[in-house]
Amino acid sequence: MNAAGPKTLFEKVWESHLVHQEPDAPAVLYVDLHLVHEVTSPQAFAGLRSRGLPVRKPGRTVATVDHSIPTGDPALPLTDPLASKQIAQMEENARWGGMRFFGMSSDRRGIVHVIGPELGLTHPGMTVVCGDSHTSTHGAFGALAFGIGTSEVEHVLATQCLLQRRPGVFEIRIEGKRGPGVTAKDIVLALLARIGVGGGTGHVFEYTGSAVGALSMEERMTICNMSIEGGARAGMMAPDDTTFEYIAGREFSPRGPEWDRSVAGWRALPTDDGAVFDRSLTLDITDLPPMITFGTNPGMGLEVGGPVPRPEDITDPSQRSALRKALEYMNLKPGEPLLGRPVNVVFIGSCTNGRISDLRLAASVLRGRKVDPAVRVLVVPGSQAVKREAEAEGLDRIFKAAGAEWREAGCSMCIAMNGDQLSPGQYAVSTSNRNFEGRQGKGGRTFLASPLTAAASAVTGKITDVRTLS
Amino acid sequence: MEKFTRFTSRVVPLLVDNIDTDQIIPARFLKVTDKKGLGDNLFADWRFNGDGTPRSDFVLNAPAHCGAQILLAGDNFGCGSSREHAPWALAGFGFRAVISTSFADIFSNNAMKNSILPLALAAGDHARLVALLGADPAAELTVDLPSQSLLVPGGGAMRFPIDGFAKSCLLNGVDELGYLFGFMKEIEAFERSTSRS
Repeated sequence: MNAAGPKTLFEKVWESHLVHQEPDAPAVLYVDLHLVHEVTSPQAFAGLRSRGLPVRKPGRTVATVDHSIPTGDPALPLTDPLASKQIAQMEENARWGGMRFFGMSSDRRGIVHVIGPELGLTHPGMTVVCGDSHTSTHGAFGALAFGIGTSEVEHVLATQCLLQRRPGVFEIRIEGKRGPGVTAKDIVLALLARIGVGGGTGHVFEYTGSAVGALSMEERMTICNMSIEGGARAGMMAPDDTTFEYIAGREFSPRGPEWDRSVAGWRALPTDDGAVFDRSLTLDITDLPPMITFGTNPGMGLEVGGPVPRPEDITDPSQRSALRKALEYMNLKPGEPLLGRPVNVVFIGSCTNGRISDLRLAASVLRGRKVDPAVRVLVVPGSQAVKREAEAEGLDRIFKAAGAEWREAGCSMCIAMNGDQLSPGQYAVSTSNRNFEGRQGKGGRTFLASPLTAAASAVTGKITDVRTLS
Repeated sequence: MEKFTRFTSRVVPLLVDNIDTDQIIPARFLKVTDKKGLGDNLFADWRFNGDGTPRSDFVLNAPAHCGAQILLAGDNFGCGSSREHAPWALAGFGFRAVISTSFADIFSNNAMKNSILPLALAAGDHARLVALLGADPAAELTVDLPSQSLLVPGGGAMRFPIDGFAKSCLLNGVDELGYLFGFMKEIEAFERSTSRS
């Protein structure tokens, strides 16, 4: 490789964080920002304590509670003893480690991938890790951001570094202009339907193309968030003026002369002309309709008006049997349309679609309408700041007037660890990221879709194409 | 960490593609603060009925597979969530190797840190192994890490790839953190030269 030649965004970030590289060994990679939450960190802190090690860089470590916290009335005490213990342990570990902690009572708490960008902690060109696969979200800023296991959480707490093999870079070029009713979520669901859940394994996605530059930061985060659902640990997008405008003035954003220096550095990050990607694919979104999943992984998606695929049309035997198994779990018939299918629950929230612009989209559909009385509709803001912003705009009143539940921030029914869950057999349209068997509650069945599709389906009580809502 | 060299075991076939970590250990079991007991809930929603009784039609519950240390799965094993609880649950149940044609990146990293070998076979070898076990479900396989071979009855050997560094960590039972600490001088020098505090 020519060190002076044209480079990709990924290469620039990787090389500027390379501490050491032994031949035939993984790289020692420096971590700028380590986000920590209550579910994947207790064993890492226990490991540190048993080795007699401190948190090496508490100033680069930020902790919150999001996965197992309740999203109901904040005045009520915690009723789940296991969740209570986990939350208390996070608080104690954060105090012991000396890191910044946004706990239950903090007005800055929220889903870790919502608050990082929102507080201005996530910057272009950084390395960001967290014991959570949706850390890929932060790549929307031109950061190299990926999920790690608990052993690696311990490594980063102890050394501020990770051992990493250099992944390949897979260019996802997105071109064209989207039509009405089509969101960032539909774009990423279309990508996943094309490449499958293992299509990006061993790679980092770099999203390029005119359609990416036209997206807002929150839309970019939705797409990068679901990179992991295509098997890519990280998804990255070139930082541009949209990125800098988003970051400017946030609590932990650089200020004054430091801001100017930072922006000058960030402007040098985008992939150089002539840089080479290991793989490339182009997705044209010009005629893309709203998308929805029908099966039990995020790659099993179709156009909202399309028929459920037929196993007999699939030649590969293992894919055919996977489809049969998924349809059996979902209790769907091959060839039947999803449109008009009754649902029990609509979930609007998560690190994929729980930001203010997502809530505005949902509210644009629910304004002046009522949700179907047979459907339970949960609207869960991605952070307490998103909640306050929504309330200042009156979105909460729109949701409540429509008959939806307006809840406190958290991961909630995306991962169903906190009591917000489906009952066996129930169907949900969800704006979250995973439709795996039981993901939203044991026996629950999930259709992943955009906030627009979710809100339209809440109104009719059935899977609905938002473009046809009267 | 336990040293990983060679062992012989029967095999549990779970021939499903894209087995995600939510199936390996459902999220409701992640409200723990240690690594113990997760094996009891390995594949909980496939293994147990709603009332907690074992499902007789699930392969892990078959008495013939009791004590097997090798899981034979379909393609792209371990996709989804980064939870290390997945390899903790597999190890807790007694598995030491998972055979597939590919593994999700984070799962693969997590597994090797817990002395579980993610053993990726070429598609042809995987198909031959499935056929072999179909004909003889009690067949024993030997996983030989030094030679990167899976030895099958009748004297055949199937080769598998593994990262050289990860192999050496597994063979010697070495924890990566010790290796990282060996570079503390370089880490400090990097922080100084890039004005990181």
